Amino acid sequence: MDNLVAKSPCAGLLPLTVGRSTATEVDAGKMTMVSPRKGHAEALGKAMQSAHGLGFPAPNSAGTAGEVRAIWFGHSSALLIGTEPADGVREAAALVDQSDAWAVVRLEGAGAEDVLARLVPIDLRLVSFPVGATVRSKIGHMSGSVTRVGEDAFWLMVFRSMAETLVHDLKSAMEAVAARG
Amino acid sequence: MRIEGKGLIARDHRVSFTFDGVRYSGFEGDTLASALLANDVRLVARSFKYHRPRGILTAGSEEPNALVTIGSGGRQDPNVRATVQELYDGLEARSQNRWPSLEFDLLSVNNLAAPFFGAGFYYKTFMWPRAFWEKLYEPMIRKAAGLGALSGQDNADCYERAFAFCDLLVIGAGPAGLMAALVAGRAGADVILADEDARMGGRLLAETYEVDGKPGHVWVEEVLAELRAMDNVRLMTRTTVAGAYDHGTFAALERVSHHRADRGAGAPLECYWRIVARRSVLAAGALERPVAFRDNDRPGIMTAGAVRAYLNRWGVAPGKAVTVFGNNDDAHRTVRDLMAAGVHVAALIDSRHDAPEVDGVQMIRGGQVCGSMGGRGLEAITVRRTSGEERIQTDCLAMSGGWNPSVHLTCHMNGRPEWRRDIASFVPVPGAVPGLRAAGACNGAFSTAACLREGAAMAAAALEDLGIKVPQVATPDAEDTPYALEPLWAVPGKGRAWLDFQNDVTVKDVKQAAVENFRSVEHMKRYTTQGMATDQGKNSNVAALAVLADATGRGIPETGTTTFRPPYSPIAIAALGAGAEGKGFQPQRFTTSHAATVARGAPMIEAGLWYRPSYFPKPGETDWRQSCDREVGYVRNAVGVADVSTLGKIDIQGADAAKLLDFVYTNMFSTLKVGRVRYGLMLREDGHVMDDGTTARLGEDHFVMTTTTAAAGEVMKHLEFVAQGLHPEWDVSLTSVTEQWAQFAVAGPKAREVLNGVLDTPLDPTEWPFMSCGAVSVLGVVARLFRISFSGEQGYEVAVPARYGASLFDILVKRAEALGGGPYGMEALNVLRIEKGFITHSEIHGRTTAYDIGMGGMVSAKKDCIGKTMSQRPGLEEPGRECLVGLKPVGQDGRLLAGAHIYREEAEPKRTNDQGYITSVCHSPTLGHMIGLAFLADGPARYGEIVKMVDGLRGVTTLCEVVNPIFFDADGGRMRG
Repeated sequence: MDNLVAKSPCAGLLPLTVGRSTATEVDAGKMTMVSPRKGHAEALGKAMQSAHGLGFPAPNSAGTAGEVRAIWFGHSSALLIGTEPADGVREAAALVDQSDAWAVVRLEGAGAEDVLARLVPIDLRLVSFPVGATVRSKIGHMSGSVTRVGEDAFWLMVFRSMAETLVHDLKSAMEAVAARG
Repeated sequence: MRIEGKGLIARDHRVSFTFDGVRYSGFEGDTLASALLANDVRLVARSFKYHRPRGILTAGSEEPNALVTIGSGGRQDPNVRATVQELYDGLEARSQNRWPSLEFDLLSVNNLAAPFFGAGFYYKTFMWPRAFWEKLYEPMIRKAAGLGALSGQDNADCYERAFAFCDLLVIGAGPAGLMAALVAGRAGADVILADEDARMGGRLLAETYEVDGKPGHVWVEEVLAELRAMDNVRLMTRTTVAGAYDHGTFAALERVSHHRADRGAGAPLECYWRIVARRSVLAAGALERPVAFRDNDRPGIMTAGAVRAYLNRWGVAPGKAVTVFGNNDDAHRTVRDLMAAGVHVAALIDSRHDAPEVDGVQMIRGGQVCGSMGGRGLEAITVRRTSGEERIQTDCLAMSGGWNPSVHLTCHMNGRPEWRRDIASFVPVPGAVPGLRAAGACNGAFSTAACLREGAAMAAAALEDLGIKVPQVATPDAEDTPYALEPLWAVPGKGRAWLDFQNDVTVKDVKQAAVENFRSVEHMKRYTTQGMATDQGKNSNVAALAVLADATGRGIPETGTTTFRPPYSPIAIAALGAGAEGKGFQPQRFTTSHAATVARGAPMIEAGLWYRPSYFPKPGETDWRQSCDREVGYVRNAVGVADVSTLGKIDIQGADAAKLLDFVYTNMFSTLKVGRVRYGLMLREDGHVMDDGTTARLGEDHFVMTTTTAAAGEVMKHLEFVAQGLHPEWDVSLTSVTEQWAQFAVAGPKAREVLNGVLDTPLDPTEWPFMSCGAVSVLGVVARLFRISFSGEQGYEVAVPARYGASLFDILVKRAEALGGGPYGMEALNVLRIEKGFITHSEIHGRTTAYDIGMGGMVSAKKDCIGKTMSQRPGLEEPGRECLVGLKPVGQDGRLLAGAHIYREEAEPKRTNDQGYITSVCHSPTLGHMIGLAFLADGPARYGEIVKMVDGLRGVTTLCEVVNPIFFDADGGRMRG
């Protein structure tokens, strides 16, 4: 009998530690793109708050409630991560399963910010990009999502198909930072 | 010659290096220039145009003469300024622009022919015959001129780019920059202090000044120690801020590894920084200007400040009997420093009659150096005074015509500096670069105390802008000598007096430009090449325009300066392109079946960013056609499997989703039933076809659109534009699901059999007619099935969440192989669709309309859609347009070629007889001959006509019959069956 075997986007590519930074693949579980239906933005926020403990995130911010995250992902859309959307959310929003669409990599360590300074063209200093901040930006030459999940930890998301390029670019940047000592 | 007890070099770290193959030694802390001077090497280069012997002129990045090549092979680095190159053990440097050797350079005959080589020589001489320019003159001139060369091999070094952000960027770490950084650092601001030198301190390292009662370099170390201890201050040495741009953005080049023999372990050679600063302080210092006099380019003639720098910082005396020539008090310091170090000073020549006295040296007031003598280095100078000319033996002349503030960065956004008569120099205009303030010597403040004061004041002003409290920082005591000079640009006389050493431009050239009416400074610059290229006016800018001003009878402020452009000093293209070399050029997108496909030996082709298999070779196959024909056979006769995940997939939801589709597609989608798929055509606003694909209705308010691989991004952008810009009132959400689903085409008479092996519920043909869709369960996983066909056979596309893609591909292929089929690649996919007359972007290439591709009837008359109005413009619908047809060769073996043009059988193949062109061709294994799709004038009316295909590039002519573009199974029975 045939059996479908699941494979993660970065299987065989991560984890990777170079110098003072480490990249690991995140199994984020369920990921759903949530877009409020016309006129239902407020209702959606309330439904998310009551069912998942976090509201619809403001632009460039990401909320967490236990294992659940909501990351702003662009115009009128947020990625709800780590839970099945509740019925109330379903009523107020268009939902699209994205659990397999994105490679999610956690980059952490004292060198993480320096590594990203080689790949992301925006200001990621803690003062301007605190924990809970997120941005849709370029990671190398890829369109991606960058979220600060800890003082020295980031989530990086790119299209699943680009996982290899992401790891390649991260590795080069990590090596370059490590070589500076 | 090294002077004991002087200099900031590490005398206990001796390093060995070679120059033109000769071994020398120096110390850690030396530059190549200081080490060469310490070894009494004076001749280091040949000039650009005349191949004149040249020596080291300066001690900084402005050096015009001492350009050398470092290293060899792929790492060969040409045109490195010896004054910037730090010495390391094993450094290999070579001189440039000489043949066969530096000492004996054959091309120095150019120097003898100099009377012919003046300004505009090339423009006047090589005008005719015209054809000679490209074939003879230009290659000849390029060989004779030019500096160092690249190796021609791949560059083995790696480069890096990086981004940095700060509250205050301080450019230059001399007294002004250090003070600015100290004030801002103590205030708690996020500060970046960048300096092009390996060691911070600027002129304080080159002078004998005291600051705060201690030697300047000691004060520097104390300040740096304090700054290093601050978390909010980043010190960037070897980093040249090279350009100023909008919004406080600066380009900077960090030379990370040029000072190391070992460049391993991932360290880049250079890093190209983009620094965004809320405010900035420019503390770039000033550059000393030479004086133009006859033969002032002889090795041994240097700027006076450079002589002090070599003495005080590197413990090197550039000569045994030094003469000093200046028009200002600053030059007198060189005399004092040299004498204090025990170096013999033969004379001090000051062009001012009222110059202050300097004790202990023969002083010539009101004198001017008017010539130099020597072979490959200076031996004597001639000094002119009212009483006559006098010859003085000397092996080093330190000259100073005053100092030019380094205003360059303030001009990068089109600011023009203004003239200050008292210092005979240009100074920056405040606000020329928003948020940037100039401080210290680059602002015309030349004393150490003034630099310290301005640095502190400009930092304080920046902090106030940013709302940061300014701390009380005492300005340390330092010399505050007034800067007194009397302008002297060029000493009159015969012969050639150099202004621009790097580009070999003399006083005479500038005057000649004025005579020939190139009176504007910008015209003069281009005519003479003065201040061009990497020099960017550093050495000669002010002097040249002063000469021009004199020649044209205008003042210097009226004459104005040329435009200083970025970069401030040269940047390798490799650094600009860091991270984009090789496969870094663009991301690679791999499907879930990539590894299995590569393991089967399939050559991959790029489709956009995606990699797709061309074909899957089998043992014994020697030609791609064999593989392709076999794979076509799978689909026509058994079953083929292809990964089609690369097609764009867009999830469209909302009460107005159907409205959106009706608006973007030419045909109707609101009438589509749930569980059905429809082919759609999309136009651009200008009425031409943009893309095509199928859209499936999964629910009343839920569709999934597919796009072509190439246009996926463009279509998504188009839909977002419509939804956000044209109809923001609609309730519709768009999400790309291209990456969420791994999708495989299973096509052929045995497709259903393969699918039934993986579907948890077997397919009921009556429930799954052609163009149906719905949810299915594949081996226990929720999946989607679409009955669509791009091959003309019974076809399905099955989509599973991407995590299962690799696994499902293996299973489908295994099952297909068991039934006499297997995987097929892009070549077979292309053959299958051409046989059916299905279009791709080869046909909808951006210049064709729905009418042209035979789909005019798909533009619904019942509704409006994007592009409809424009598609009805007269020219776009007229009969006779080139429309889609099929072509087959008259003879069975006739060759068709894509890109070939079509003519009437009897017509001469020339432009005016052109009837159309071929877009797609293949050998059809099904039909046994080549077939093609083409656009032919009035094509559909000409089925059966014989036309002539001519490929002018490949020299092929083939007679073809015009046929219906659907070559195979015209009624579509096979794909519906």
